[in-house]
Amino acid sequence: MIRLLPVLLVCLLAATGLRTAQAQEEVVLGLSQNRVAITADFDGSEILIFGAVKRETPIPRDEPLEVIITVSGPSSPVMVRRKEKKLGIWVNVDSVLVDSAPSFYAVATSGPFDSVLSDTEDLRHRVSIERAIRSVGAAMNIRGAQEFADAVVRIREEDGLYSLRPSTVAVDEQTLFRTAIEMPSNLTEGAYTTRVLLTRGREVVSAFETEIDVRKVGLERFLYALSRKKPFVYGIMSLVIAVLAGWGASAAFQLLRDR
Amino acid sequence: MQIYLPIAEVSVNAFLLFGIGGMVGILSGMFGVGGGFLMTPLLFFIGIPPAVAVATGANQIVASSVSGVLAHLRRRSVDIKMGMVLQGGGLVGASIGVAIFNYLKSLGQVDLFVTLCYVIFLGIVGGLMFIESVNALRKSKRGVVPKRKQRGWVHSLPFKVRFRTSGLYISVIPPIAVGVLVGILTAVMGVGGGFIMVPAMIYILGMPTKVVVGTSLFQIITVTAFTTMLHATTNYTVDIVLAVFLLVGGVFGAQIGTRIGTYLKAEQLRILLALLVLSVCGKLGLDLLLTPDELFSIAAAGESR
Repeated sequence: MIRLLPVLLVCLLAATGLRTAQAQEEVVLGLSQNRVAITADFDGSEILIFGAVKRETPIPRDEPLEVIITVSGPSSPVMVRRKEKKLGIWVNVDSVLVDSAPSFYAVATSGPFDSVLSDTEDLRHRVSIERAIRSVGAAMNIRGAQEFADAVVRIREEDGLYSLRPSTVAVDEQTLFRTAIEMPSNLTEGAYTTRVLLTRGREVVSAFETEIDVRKVGLERFLYALSRKKPFVYGIMSLVIAVLAGWGASAAFQLLRDR
Repeated sequence: MQIYLPIAEVSVNAFLLFGIGGMVGILSGMFGVGGGFLMTPLLFFIGIPPAVAVATGANQIVASSVSGVLAHLRRRSVDIKMGMVLQGGGLVGASIGVAIFNYLKSLGQVDLFVTLCYVIFLGIVGGLMFIESVNALRKSKRGVVPKRKQRGWVHSLPFKVRFRTSGLYISVIPPIAVGVLVGILTAVMGVGGGFIMVPAMIYILGMPTKVVVGTSLFQIITVTAFTTMLHATTNYTVDIVLAVFLLVGGVFGAQIGTRIGTYLKAEQLRILLALLVLSVCGKLGLDLLLTPDELFSIAAAGESR
């Protein structure tokens, strides 16, 4: 028993030592809002993401702290099609199923992307826009399958859905950080994963993850749910509204004419 | 004022929708067509997904047709019997059309097919109408009374039926065939089919012009209502909010258009409509021929059922 004690003690010390090494610097995060409500007049939203780095030890002197913040919408498979000229007109010739592409993806960093994160770490944590899209199942018989994944990035970047915003995270005294992420008006519903990565010397030292809930509310919610759950009722309702509007307009102008 | 459309999942300017609805309404009031052939391409242009534009277009046409038919019923210029026959064909056609639409969607060729349909039909209808109305205008200037051919191949077919309001005694086959064709177009292109129905009634069936517009609108109601239901229950693509904004603009536009229409001669109206149809056709045709800016297009994988 007495002989066992030091062994136990060493184990315990090792365990706590490991824990402190892992969690030397931790993220304490705040969001200006943890849910985005899509209402009838929804016109995009700006989310303020801020936080502090909690640490028990003094600030390491070697490399400055950098912060990467990513906000990622729900992922879904995407069908990408390519056009080619056939018989003088442009037609879709081949397609690739990109297994998983987020509907929205924004990366904000505290410095130029290459200087805050190494390529290996990017590969591991899937931070850059290209890495956030997965297309394992791309058929090899189609030439340039990569082109298709690139096309998804290009098209969604043009729509403002994907963006890389280097040097937009402000870091004070290696402790406080903040950024604002703009979300466009053409958002889809779902849980938007928000990640905060702390890096030193291009290596990730700590990671934190939370979710922002994006939901249609009120009338938008009601109509969307109705169209999916009771499509027949929804269809009839659309028709009734159309017929009433048509009849109403006719009756209104009839009244005007009679005067 | 931005409005978020719950089904299309995009946010668009409400006034833009009123404007599009109003503009199309003016044209439809002037020419007695539903205006779907203009509405659907315009909706594509402002970024509404094609599937939603097609389905919602059908719903919007229900409203404008109801409004139009009520006016025509008061003037007794609706051949209800003929409308019923056309509708029978139309419902069959709409079912076929939705099946074709879903099949092409799975192939990824739906955009191409819809555009080709537009180019071909608008080209043919616009071209014929233009030639015919220019000739008619020239004749009326020379003082010759235009006389429509009353007997053709249409009159030699069996199953003859009397259509009292139209003053016709013809086979039911051509009206059913026209109905089926228009039904298919409605489902695939999201149009009421007025631009093809009206010339078909005048030139193929030989119906008097005064009952053509009312009867065409009458049968369009049923076919577009049916198409709306099919799209709503199979594709979930009818956006009711979008439809409301378009039809509010549309009903006002239609009334203004009717006023403008009364100041113009029938031949002049037909030439203008022909030119409009041909220019939409030209624009869509050029898009097929010119190199697109973006060779790739993306769609949700779930859509390719």
